Amino acid sequence: MNTVRVVLPYSLYTLARSAAEIELDVAGPVTLAAVLDALEAAYPMLTGALRDRATGQRRPLVRFFACQDDQSNLGADALLPDEVAAGREPLLVVGAIAGG
Amino acid sequence: MPHIRILVGTRKGAFILTSDAARRDWQVSGPHFGGWEIFHIAGSPANPDRLYASQSSSWFGQVIQRSDDGGASWIPVGNDFSYVGDPGMHLHYDGTAKPWAFKRVWHLEPSPTDPDTVYAGVEDAALFRSTDGGMSWHELPALREQQGAQWMPGAGGMCLHTILLDPVNPARMYVAISAAGAFRSDDGGASWRPINRGLHSQYIPDPEAEVGHCVHRIAMHPARPDTLFMQKHWDVMRSDDAGDAWFEVSGNLPSDFGFAMAVHAHEPDTVYVVPIQSDSEHYPPEGKLRVYRSRAGGNAWDALTDGLPQEHCYVNVLRDAMAVDTLDPCGVYFGTTGGQVYVSPDAGDHWRAIVRDLPAVLSVSVQTLR
Repeated sequence: MNTVRVVLPYSLYTLARSAAEIELDVAGPVTLAAVLDALEAAYPMLTGALRDRATGQRRPLVRFFACQDDQSNLGADALLPDEVAAGREPLLVVGAIAGG
Repeated sequence: MPHIRILVGTRKGAFILTSDAARRDWQVSGPHFGGWEIFHIAGSPANPDRLYASQSSSWFGQVIQRSDDGGASWIPVGNDFSYVGDPGMHLHYDGTAKPWAFKRVWHLEPSPTDPDTVYAGVEDAALFRSTDGGMSWHELPALREQQGAQWMPGAGGMCLHTILLDPVNPARMYVAISAAGAFRSDDGGASWRPINRGLHSQYIPDPEAEVGHCVHRIAMHPARPDTLFMQKHWDVMRSDDAGDAWFEVSGNLPSDFGFAMAVHAHEPDTVYVVPIQSDSEHYPPEGKLRVYRSRAGGNAWDALTDGLPQEHCYVNVLRDAMAVDTLDPCGVYFGTTGGQVYVSPDAGDHWRAIVRDLPAVLSVSVQTLR
């Protein structure tokens, strides 16, 4: 079991009524999908906010960053960086700077 | 003592405006859900402290919020609006086929008798119902069988924006869709039929088509539920037979384009509209913000201007942004894309702004609390 840190944007941590940074226990390989599964299990109101319910696809104006790199287009089975899996670096959820 | 609660949805949050029956002094609460688009908030007639709000954003999708204390606190409830089966394709603006995809909830219509039952009109157009206080949502898919493949988006999207529940016949309901038209169910939503006979839309291939009309709003008086009024893309229409046939009642309006419409709470033949210049000029004719009132069920309209800006006004009044209370005299309310919410406590004779600088107003609904 890994404890992963996730930083949410204002709109989502106010919706979740959580702190901006939360910790999630992730069982098995620390992939982006596994972290999102754990996030939605802990905060059901975020289901559908980051990825499409039906397809699992990332919402177009949501991106994921960690360790200075864009992790948004990682494959479903690709591992997040070790620093994230070890809880030393957070996974950042970022709303695109777009629109009004 | 009765009092009034106005539920205002805006581009950047929800606001709740409250007053006593005099409707002079208002308290403003908000923004609730700041930064999110609030397409609609509605209260349950069966339990006025039960509110439902549609909260959405282009970034993070759809949320439904529920309050059980009149808006003092809220909880997010279910947001799974999955269509039944494969919804297939609908027409796009350019005439090509496009896959049906859920985007947002435009309108929430609580049951008049059960606080836990509420209907949701969504984009891409479909009707959903919850019977557990919004925790789960189930589509009424027979509506899309009414030539859904021929529906196409209006300029604002392919939205189901109007839901009317017949207060006399619980099995009867109406919906309206841009740009598909109006539809009626006489069996609680199990089956539907288009009710667009008499509509004429010169901008579609068959101007008299059974579906494809850009209906902007339908309104009904609860004491006369077979009489319906419609603000269409062009034309103000009326039906006296539950939508089986429509006839035009635009009369002397300065423009028969517009979005919002309401019926007086105590006078079934008194109707309000806000004419807008045109489909490409979404502002009032001549820069004058005028509500038009007909006391004859249409055709003869009087401009109501006292207290409304009569020069340099270029706001819009959107389809869900007009409502009435049930006090006597009847209060009339509307919100603008300029962020004003206006009230007339005397059925439209005099107006004043309750607030002037909210974000663009998407919806206004009114609760008369006794």
